[in-house]
Amino acid sequence: MMLLLVCVSIAAFFLVSISPVDPLQANVGQAALGSMSQEQIERLNAYWGVGQPPVERFLAWASDFFRGDMGLSLLYRRPVSEVIAVKLANSIWLLAIAWVISGVLGFCLGALAGMKRGTWVDKAIRGYSLVIASTPAFWLALVLLMIFAVWLKLLPVGLSVPIGMEAAGVTLVDRIRHAILPAMTLSITGISNITLHTREKMIDIMESDYVLFAKARGESGWSIFKNHGFRNVILPALTLQFASISEIFGGSVLVEEIFSYPGLGQAAVTAGIGSDVPLLLGITVISAAIVFGGNLIANLLYGIVDPRIRRGGAGL
Amino acid sequence: MEEKKVILDIKNLSVSFQQYDKGFARTDLDVIRDLNVTVHEGEMVAVVGSSGSGKSLLAHGILGILPYNGALGGTILYEGEELTQKRKEELRGNEIVLVPQSVAFLDPLMKIGPQIRKGKKDSASREKLNRIFEGYHLKQEVQELYPFELSGGMNRRVLVSTAMMGNPRLVIADEPTPGLHMDMVRRVMSHFRELADQGAGVLLITHDLEQALEVADRVVVFYAGTTVEDASVLDFASEETLRHPYSKALFRALPQNGFQFIGGTQPYVKDMPTGCPFGPRCEQFCEACTGEIPYREVRGGKVRCRKAE
Amino acid sequence: MRRMNGRQRTVLAFGAALLFLALITIAGQVFAKEAMATDFSRKNLAPCAAYPFGTDWMGRDMFVRTLTGLSMSIRIGLLAAGVSALLALFLGIVSATMGRAVDSIVTWSIDLVMGIPHILLLILISYACGKGFKGVVIGVSLTHWTSLARLIRGEVLQLKEAPYIKVAGRLGLSPWQIARKHMVPHLFPQFLVGLILLFPHAILHEASITFLGFGLSPEQPAIGVILSESMQYLAMGKWWLALFPGLLLVLTVVLFDVAGESLRKLLDPGSAHV
Repeated sequence: MMLLLVCVSIAAFFLVSISPVDPLQANVGQAALGSMSQEQIERLNAYWGVGQPPVERFLAWASDFFRGDMGLSLLYRRPVSEVIAVKLANSIWLLAIAWVISGVLGFCLGALAGMKRGTWVDKAIRGYSLVIASTPAFWLALVLLMIFAVWLKLLPVGLSVPIGMEAAGVTLVDRIRHAILPAMTLSITGISNITLHTREKMIDIMESDYVLFAKARGESGWSIFKNHGFRNVILPALTLQFASISEIFGGSVLVEEIFSYPGLGQAAVTAGIGSDVPLLLGITVISAAIVFGGNLIANLLYGIVDPRIRRGGAGL
Repeated sequence: MEEKKVILDIKNLSVSFQQYDKGFARTDLDVIRDLNVTVHEGEMVAVVGSSGSGKSLLAHGILGILPYNGALGGTILYEGEELTQKRKEELRGNEIVLVPQSVAFLDPLMKIGPQIRKGKKDSASREKLNRIFEGYHLKQEVQELYPFELSGGMNRRVLVSTAMMGNPRLVIADEPTPGLHMDMVRRVMSHFRELADQGAGVLLITHDLEQALEVADRVVVFYAGTTVEDASVLDFASEETLRHPYSKALFRALPQNGFQFIGGTQPYVKDMPTGCPFGPRCEQFCEACTGEIPYREVRGGKVRCRKAE
Repeated sequence: MRRMNGRQRTVLAFGAALLFLALITIAGQVFAKEAMATDFSRKNLAPCAAYPFGTDWMGRDMFVRTLTGLSMSIRIGLLAAGVSALLALFLGIVSATMGRAVDSIVTWSIDLVMGIPHILLLILISYACGKGFKGVVIGVSLTHWTSLARLIRGEVLQLKEAPYIKVAGRLGLSPWQIARKHMVPHLFPQFLVGLILLFPHAILHEASITFLGFGLSPEQPAIGVILSESMQYLAMGKWWLALFPGLLLVLTVVLFDVAGESLRKLLDPGSAHV
């Protein structure tokens, strides 16, 4: 996993280093550059590593990174680690709530559809999932914004919140009110994947020999779900949910941008547009670490939950 | 033989599946046609046919667990009354039980004990299972194992135990001894014989005639989706007492009779010949065999062959 | 009317989806000029008979703008999905046949690409390419090949063990001949389905990245640009600017999905019972 993270950082570094965007021009601005003395520009160049070979720059960045120094964010004019910590703290609640809601709801819907395969319940759930899977998160966000903020005026239009707003000046109620729509959007879009997969798994289980035998033994409906369905479908569902952190994170980038939610996703967009290379790199590595962490948990879960692996030695 | 009560009476059973050929043509595949079997109280009837001839569908049809695209025809009478889907659902697992082929039919993630009890935790079911396990010489610890942890010897006894949790009147054993050596087969078969001797009817579905002859009372020969002969085990003492040419061929293929196999294979469902399905492999085949062949009584048994006397 | 059976319905769905998508693509091309035309005498009109999707603050007809934007999205989607699928095919086969070292490199790259959230990787790639059209196409191509490559790799590994392939090897056919004569025909249906099912993702991601400002330039009537612009007018109650273009985008993506799934059903030998 560490090796993968190193690869991620190399790849990300490679990508930003081949960019034709000049960090000095983007960050300091053409006008400011013009008014600076040659000496000042050279100092800035040295600081930003312009002209230095990429490999050297990478090594310098990486060794700093390992010591916990991710560099200085230019847009926020503070250490990247600090910016990420603040933004992540904001995002993590949003992500966690959406992740749990979409996981639980998606699992229930998928299991229900799989058990009732072919009925109108199944068709409705499947249709819903297919349409949602085809709906861009940002458009759904716009629609929700229109309904709840513009028409019903129940919730704030995220757009009106000043971008620079930080944790200190905001009350908890404010925070929650601003988090409802983004969390709702992410939950709604996150459902379809887990629903469709759970449904597929459930159908496989319902067609398995052991469910056939359970039916032959007089079990039906709820009893089959309780004894066999749930038991067998929960593990793949959990695995998928842990492995899908990447998707919900991707969704959060769009959603945070629309609702001006001061989270990691919005910071990523800001960094990308403003050529804040250190921040962009930092966010990439951190989010990759979170994603890999999710995958790792997914793999470990199998070992802990599945008796065939947990107690594997005994019977073989 | 004294007259015993008929438990199961299957008349002209058919099982068919809908399928697409190339393009848009949709056809019904009749995997089982004109199947007739009866099982009496205390009787063990073996349905013998080669592997892959759709015998398991017979079991699934009786229990009402055919796949969703399968359709059932004909009539099944259980204790004299028609066995409707609703009645199947009421009776299965209690009066009508299935003993499956292998532990693959057990939920891999559920411990043996709770699984056999179907998740019930009351003391009555616990005690019942404990008694059953004692009867089959299974240690009580086995209840705490997962199916994959069972040894080959325990497998069969555990599977038979599942049947005993109800009050079985009719036991359907679907190929219960695949790949076992003769010793084990005898032990497993003795469990079924016991059940029959206690008054239940046992329907043994198998491809192994030798096994069937050892334990069963009657043998029904299954060929290409239909029953071709219904004979007492005693009729298998010699070729002459048998009625259908396919039964005779099976008889000659037994080890003690010299392993003589006949040529050809069973016709595939889609290329079923008209009239007698055994026709293409039969030495006595003639023009008349392409017509309707009745299932009729001959010398105390039944046969689907015009030539049999 | 005669009732159709399942397979006929599937073919019909496939045909209808393709036809509709083709219509959008062509219509968008035809109206490309009108999509840019401004007319301040008709600005900010709500949807009506003449302008079913309304007009924007510069009096541009939202209906033709949406069509043109979708047409562009579809074409970019086709291009990026095509490149991505070919990449997947190539890497999948190479990974399964060229030995362990190559295999581990490819599987590593798959893990790597899957490890970075797509949107973030798209932002990075788009940044690396200096934003714009090139960045979108390269970005979408480079992020979407992983699952199809994995599928093809697994399929080829399985094929390699198939008896008829082994016999062909013993008969003296070269690996290249075997690949061409025996593997490609088998892989082709899977590849085709995989390709079509890539379109919806490609289109969605193109729209997303453009929406964020990393994709197509604001002058182009791309669907992402349209929706991004509409955001500023939402609070003023101009709901039609976002609603209809988005709906049509969803419809397009659903149709690609329907087309892919229908094709999968038709090509899958296991579907004989459906």
